[in-house]
Amino acid sequence: MLSLMIVDDSNIIRRKIERCNDSDKFNVVASACNGAEALEIFQKVRPQVVTMDLTMPEMDGIACIQQLVAIDPNVRILVISALSDKATGIEALKKGARGFLCKPFSEEQLIEALTELTED
Amino acid sequence: MSEQTLQVFIDGVVRFFEHTNDKNVKVGTPYLVENETPAAYDVTGIIGISGPYRGCVYFTAPRILLKHLLLSIGETETTNEYLFDLVGEVANTISGNARSAFGHEFMISVPAMIEGAPDHIHLPKNMRSYVIPIYWKAYHAAVVICLEC
Repeated sequence: MLSLMIVDDSNIIRRKIERCNDSDKFNVVASACNGAEALEIFQKVRPQVVTMDLTMPEMDGIACIQQLVAIDPNVRILVISALSDKATGIEALKKGARGFLCKPFSEEQLIEALTELTED
Repeated sequence: MSEQTLQVFIDGVVRFFEHTNDKNVKVGTPYLVENETPAAYDVTGIIGISGPYRGCVYFTAPRILLKHLLLSIGETETTNEYLFDLVGEVANTISGNARSAFGHEFMISVPAMIEGAPDHIHLPKNMRSYVIPIYWKAYHAAVVICLEC
């Protein structure tokens, strides 16, 4: 089972991802509401998988991805964002994200995206 | 603002409601209002826009609609904090959709949430805003677009 950290400034999205966590593949071990908090928690918990929002206060998702990958190049990051334009997706992938899921999303879409991410 | 531009914002709000249990959202005919009297319901999620377009886009709705909308997306918490999160998510979806259509130079801010009277919403007095009425279940809400380009 892979450990998962959720990074999103919305309670609704964090809880939605937690609710989808009934598969036997992932175990939610931490959550953070911005990039700065995510970095701090990541250092302590070292989750294998991270879901990452992009538009957040204090530190945005792109900056956070870059720093997480610098700490652990093997971390698998799935961006979950309402910013669905191609340029944003490409930038996130260049910084080290491995997948992109557009908000709003269904439970099935989330599980599929996380499964694809871990099968790479 | 062209009909096609307005349609991009309409598509954004419809996209959000398509992911709820009651997808039957109706969009009314957009109309113009003076910014001195901005349209607003109980809770508003507002996103600042910069780049070639400048101004803001917001989603505003009564509490009762938001509580039912939360339940419709599987969320049982209906406290103020969650209502604020919800208007922020709807506003994010609308502006994210616009960014896909208009390109990455359409810069959007983190949403700000406002509760209560419309006098807390400060729009340029020399401009007018488009109001897109939204009807869902028995409730009314609105997407408001105040942009210059």
